[in-house]
Amino acid sequence: MTIIIDTPERLDTTTDAVSVDGVTRIFSARKRGAADVVALSDVSLTVHAGEFVSLIGPSGCGKSTLLRQIADLDQPDAGSVSVFGKTARRARLDQDYGIAFQQAGLLPWRTVSQNIALPLQMHRERGLDVAARVRELIELVGLGDFADRYPDQLSGGMQQRVAIARSLARNPKLLLMDEPFGALDEMTRERMQSELLRICGETGAAVVFVTHSIPEAVFLSHRVVVMSPRPGRVKEVVVMERAGAPVGSDAVRDDAAFFRGVTAVREALHDGAAAGQGVENR
Amino acid sequence: MTAATAVPSAPVVARRRGLPPALASALPPLVLVVVALLLWELAVRALEIPAFLLPAPSAIGAEFARLTPQIVEASVATGTNALLGLVISAVVAVLLAIAASGARVVDGMLAPVVVALAVVPIAAVAPVFYIMFGSSSETGRVIVVAIAVFVPVFVNALRGLRQVSPVHRELLRALNITGWRAVRTVTVPTALPFVFTGLRQASSLAVISALVSEYFGGPKTGIGSQITTAASGSNYAQAWAFVLGAIVTGLAFYLVTLALERVVSRHRPSP
Ligand SMILES: Nc1ncnc2c1ncn2[C@@H]1O[C@H](COP(=O)(O)OP(=O)(O)OP(=O)(O)O)[C@@H](O)[C@H]1O
Ligand SMILES: [Mg+2]
Repeated sequence: MTIIIDTPERLDTTTDAVSVDGVTRIFSARKRGAADVVALSDVSLTVHAGEFVSLIGPSGCGKSTLLRQIADLDQPDAGSVSVFGKTARRARLDQDYGIAFQQAGLLPWRTVSQNIALPLQMHRERGLDVAARVRELIELVGLGDFADRYPDQLSGGMQQRVAIARSLARNPKLLLMDEPFGALDEMTRERMQSELLRICGETGAAVVFVTHSIPEAVFLSHRVVVMSPRPGRVKEVVVMERAGAPVGSDAVRDDAAFFRGVTAVREALHDGAAAGQGVENR
Repeated sequence: MTAATAVPSAPVVARRRGLPPALASALPPLVLVVVALLLWELAVRALEIPAFLLPAPSAIGAEFARLTPQIVEASVATGTNALLGLVISAVVAVLLAIAASGARVVDGMLAPVVVALAVVPIAAVAPVFYIMFGSSSETGRVIVVAIAVFVPVFVNALRGLRQVSPVHRELLRALNITGWRAVRTVTVPTALPFVFTGLRQASSLAVISALVSEYFGGPKTGIGSQITTAASGSNYAQAWAFVLGAIVTGLAFYLVTLALERVVSRHRPSP
């Protein structure tokens, strides 16, 4: 197991899916006397094409904020973000990423299939059979019997799955997912994890994945980025040893390497053994 | 869909009591109305109340039955004015609300106009419109209705257009849906239940304004004109029969708009 303090430097940045460079985001206090919130402080992170990177850290440490910088839903106060070698804004306009929000964010007046179809209707692709693609996505997230239901007729976990299907609709090369499996039961969650890895394997998509679950991060990721709060910063990047292991096979969950990964991330989160290795602890 | 799956037990409960659910909920108010009518009838007969003060319900009922065709005709005339004014005003109000929610300048321009419209005394402008459009024209009445219903529809629509949630805003941005397409796919559907709440609130106002405007002249077509005619001819029971017709018309407007509001509010947050 290798534990590295910062992202490995790469020279060829154009092939990187995401490159976050020294990003700082400060939310100024609305009320006088209240302190500004430093949501992100000098955060740097590179996600290679096809790589699966998880963000993990205590609540309020800036995971969603970091994801929003990449998605160009919010702009950094300092530093820069590039996506596939373009500015984050350009990448958003080019629809280079698919995103699943922390709250599902479905349109309540649209049925499940209409919600999933939204990105396809808004950005039509020549020769694409929208209905067939939607059916495929619905089956993928296991909602075959619910295609014509409305969001208020679904459980929270089912709504999340619709949001995931929507984010996958256009086969993006980059997926941004904010705790997408948080509301799922353990069985569905494990199935969705395997499905997600299979999809990424097929489409070669890079993923930035926010989670609170250490085993989930370890199971899914090539690298796990551990963040610390106030000010939000990257505390450690833990590289998983999964070379050769069949991606997404359930055997991985019982693997000795898997448990070593869990231990490493847990220690990084809790200022454990890693504290002596020159990691900043504030 | 929800109703069918969510409340399978309701009919069972009602069957146990021996009544279908719709009747079970309608029964108590019906009983109240019947009792009130009986007391009214008794009071009029026992105290020998003169007809110009209060005719007996039986007398009103008899007049209503005798004059049904005329009452229906007058109700349709008044109802048409109310409906035209309501629809025209609602379309304009919604379009202006969209403009106001889209551009701060428009909002600033419209705010004082809305306040001005809110305080226009309908009774005062009706006679002016009869002079403007001629006393045989219904146009003035439609405009009176339009002025009266504009404010509730506009205010509710504008409120609804501002309800777009932060996560939907982010969705629009992430999917790069902008301008008119954003308005169509998210903003207007979000606002729709609010618009229909405004329409429901405006519906009774529409009928009342159409009716009141008839008191100030114009063609003797509507139910308001018929009430004045009957009352000035000392046909008190007849006047009350037309009042009953006016109530039914107002109720019809209210129930239809209420049903529409229910339909568009399914599956989505409403006021
Ligand atoms: N729009 C905003 N305005 C002001 N402060 C904000 C805003 N968005 C986030 N913050 C603050 O930034 C910090 C980081 O928030 P963020 O949502 O990124 O946390 P998170 O790591 O995603 O937490 P969680 O795990 O609970 O989702 C928090 O302290 C939050 O209060
Ligand atoms: Mg978050």
